[in-house]
Amino acid sequence: MAKFDLPANSKIGPGKHHAAPAGAKTVKTFKVYRWDPEGKANPRLDSYDIDLEQCGPMVLDALIKIKNEVDTTLTFRRSCREGICGSCAMNIDGTNTLACLKPIDEVTGDCKIYPLPHMPVIKDLVPDLSVPYAQYASIKPWLQTESQAIPDQERLQSTAEREKVDGLWECILCFCCSTSCPSYWWNGDRYLGPAILLQAYRWLADSRDEQTGDRLDNLEDPFRLYRCHTIMNCTKTCPKGLNPAKAIGEIKRMMIARR
Amino acid sequence: MSQPLRTTLGRVRGLGSAKEGVSHWWAQRLTAIALVPLVLWFVVSVISLAGADHATVRAWAGGPIVATLLVAMIVAVFFHAKLGLQVVLEDYIHHEGTRVTAIVVMQGAVFLVGLAGVIAVLKLALGA
Repeated sequence: MAKFDLPANSKIGPGKHHAAPAGAKTVKTFKVYRWDPEGKANPRLDSYDIDLEQCGPMVLDALIKIKNEVDTTLTFRRSCREGICGSCAMNIDGTNTLACLKPIDEVTGDCKIYPLPHMPVIKDLVPDLSVPYAQYASIKPWLQTESQAIPDQERLQSTAEREKVDGLWECILCFCCSTSCPSYWWNGDRYLGPAILLQAYRWLADSRDEQTGDRLDNLEDPFRLYRCHTIMNCTKTCPKGLNPAKAIGEIKRMMIARR
Repeated sequence: MSQPLRTTLGRVRGLGSAKEGVSHWWAQRLTAIALVPLVLWFVVSVISLAGADHATVRAWAGGPIVATLLVAMIVAVFFHAKLGLQVVLEDYIHHEGTRVTAIVVMQGAVFLVGLAGVIAVLKLALGA
């Protein structure tokens, strides 16, 4: 049942301080969560003083600068640095977002950076996302049809049908939303979470897909779908400006419509 | 303790979908909507009865229309409470046996209290 003390590796201690180089004028302090799975120590919060005049505008620029020039042991995921790969999702200044899309000057005071909440940590800012990835696989995120496609022709959609997947296809699966959801924190082993449910609705809303009923059958479950209590953290935090809460509402509407 | 070796996909698929939850969700919405006018009516009525003596309140509650509305409200309140408390228990109790036990005990308790309310109104209405 309820646990009133934190597990050993949840207590975060003070870490090392890396001062800015001499002559730095505009200094900002980045406080970064550090945890090494090979050591036995608890996590710590290292602070890095960075000269913003020698740094790019985004939080990811600062992290790359730290890794290149200050502390090569800092571990984080990044790839595209333009908000399309979803690798650099982390908790910055108290909100889940993409480090590459978060301007440093939007953060007042010290910039605190933690991994995505409530996921097992592999190292530093790298969370273990294998459960959400498996949940993604479980919804069969591909076009399922029985009708044979006409040779040498696409499966056609009207303009109106195509517009139904707008606001859904843009999701990059960064899991900012799922890891911001308290219901996913408590029941992430059974609740699919906002990211996966938005993806599920992306295929439910696709006029070319022929397995809508099977997809709804798979979702009709007190935990998989109905753990959503419309808390709306998902929509608030989405760095791409999407609305997972609305997608979940649409799935619930479809469940009623087919009764 | 040995690490479980089942694949993540196997764990996530688990026992499969329960193929239910829609009725629960829909009933929770319908009882919530029904309770808006019923509770408003009840509150206004109780305020207007402030200071009335025992016999007046008994006569009010025992009237056929009032008794019908009171029973409807009591049923809706306790059904809604049962649905909501079940969600809370499912959210926070992760041990399967404890969760099932807590839900069964909660449902029994809510049913008994609701039944007592309905019988109290029927007693006034039917004059037993």
